[in-house]
Amino acid sequence: MSIVSPARRAVIAGIGQTEFSRASGRSEQRLAAEAALAACADAALDPAKIDGLITFAIDKSDEIDLQRALGIEECRYTIRLPQGGAASVTTLVHAARAVESGFCDHVIIWRAMNERSQYRFGQPHFGISLDAHSSTFMEWCFPFGAQTPAAWECLSAGPYLSRYGVTSEDLGRVSVLLRQNAATNPASWFHGKPITLEDHQASKWIVAPWLRLLDCCQESDGGVAILVTTAERARDLRQIPVKLLGAEYAMLFNHEIITDFYQGDLACLPVSERVRDRLTASTGLAPRETDVAMIYDNFTPQVLRQLEAFGFCGPGEAKDYIREGHCALDGQTPLSPNGGLIGEAYIHGVNNITEAVRQVRGTAANQVRDARTAFVGAGVAGAILARD
Amino acid sequence: MEQQQRPDPLNRIDGAFFWAAAERGELAVQRCCKCDRLWHPPRPVCPVCHGQDMDEQVLSGQGRVLSWALSVHPRPFGFAEPPIAVLVEMEEGVRIVSTLEGVPLDEVHSDLAVKVDFVRSNGGKALPLFRPAETRA
Repeated sequence: MSIVSPARRAVIAGIGQTEFSRASGRSEQRLAAEAALAACADAALDPAKIDGLITFAIDKSDEIDLQRALGIEECRYTIRLPQGGAASVTTLVHAARAVESGFCDHVIIWRAMNERSQYRFGQPHFGISLDAHSSTFMEWCFPFGAQTPAAWECLSAGPYLSRYGVTSEDLGRVSVLLRQNAATNPASWFHGKPITLEDHQASKWIVAPWLRLLDCCQESDGGVAILVTTAERARDLRQIPVKLLGAEYAMLFNHEIITDFYQGDLACLPVSERVRDRLTASTGLAPRETDVAMIYDNFTPQVLRQLEAFGFCGPGEAKDYIREGHCALDGQTPLSPNGGLIGEAYIHGVNNITEAVRQVRGTAANQVRDARTAFVGAGVAGAILARD
Repeated sequence: MEQQQRPDPLNRIDGAFFWAAAERGELAVQRCCKCDRLWHPPRPVCPVCHGQDMDEQVLSGQGRVLSWALSVHPRPFGFAEPPIAVLVEMEEGVRIVSTLEGVPLDEVHSDLAVKVDFVRSNGGKALPLFRPAETRA
């Protein structure tokens, strides 16, 4: 358990976002500034008081631009985090450490992307330098026709799906659930547009034999920001503080980002199991004991594998766990009531964190009754949020 | 080697031996001179013993299919026809992503025995690919 005094414990005091769209019509720097200002306004904090800035290594907006835009008086800490969407939840690990150590007073986490109108992750990737970053997913896959996240996901998840007899219909039930949730969330890309399993089965192949169009997240333009501070400072702010009970991430031996399939049993996710165990130890709560589960849903197979690895059900059971309704809004642990990255928007997972905050505050569009805790998971990272 | 439309290798200094071996018609992976462990993709140093002398080891070319992926939309860059990308576990234990030919998508299955073959890229470079072991062209 934490040795940090209760007054200094990290809390999320503000959240902000732009609209999620096909074409924002403005720069990513502008989206970053709008989202960060909205998070400060949500908390009634003067943006000049921000002193820490955290984003993804691959975010294309810039800390210096954002510092200027917010009118920050003195920024003390900036950091960019590796990997893809896993960085979404990893930001919480760093933000919590920054404020609990006393190094920062108010940290802004942000992600801004015109990932629909300017570039699309789902297209064959050219823009990654082979002489920088962890680019094995390019160098050792591209010449052989695995050139997109969907193709890498198919190679990664195939052994799991084969071993447990998961069908395309099983995957479709994940999308149907998330689109049902998105349909009643006015902020979502797919507001008012639920789908049936038949729609899923009729959608075109992106990567055979596993991923149809409706197995993929919704590439979107938009910005999202989160304000983290201490419990003590949050008392002077406007919102119900949401405690960051715990946040953990791990990279295990010989790790790769999205092509993490060169060793081990691909039917399980040992790194997510490790994160689950550490979170349970540090918070006293297992992910499955929380009231809402926000699980990174870039593609439907990832949801099934993470449900098992984060401990919501046993190995091979996720397809039945979904089918039996345990992830529905009235189920055991409702999954992504905002519609997730498949239904609300793909802002690289950060919009799943803001939904967890709304759920714990009790202000979500699809509010889970009496939700007091929420789990947010993104493969190698996980966090548990709780009502104060 | 047959000539079809496919992209060139992405050749970097740490992986140059792999493509040089392919030019000789051999499938080679990195071997640590100190502890003899095999690595693919190649690593800058051995992740286990931290040996910095890295050699290569020619593999038998025999393996089994772990998973496969045919990118229908969008179509892969540089290919005349979308190929079946495949993750193969070689009999020496290392895993390699390559392409699978000589078998239709609906007949690919886990543990399918495959053997390496070599073809030419658009730029005339040698590329390893795999075919079902019993029907090698």
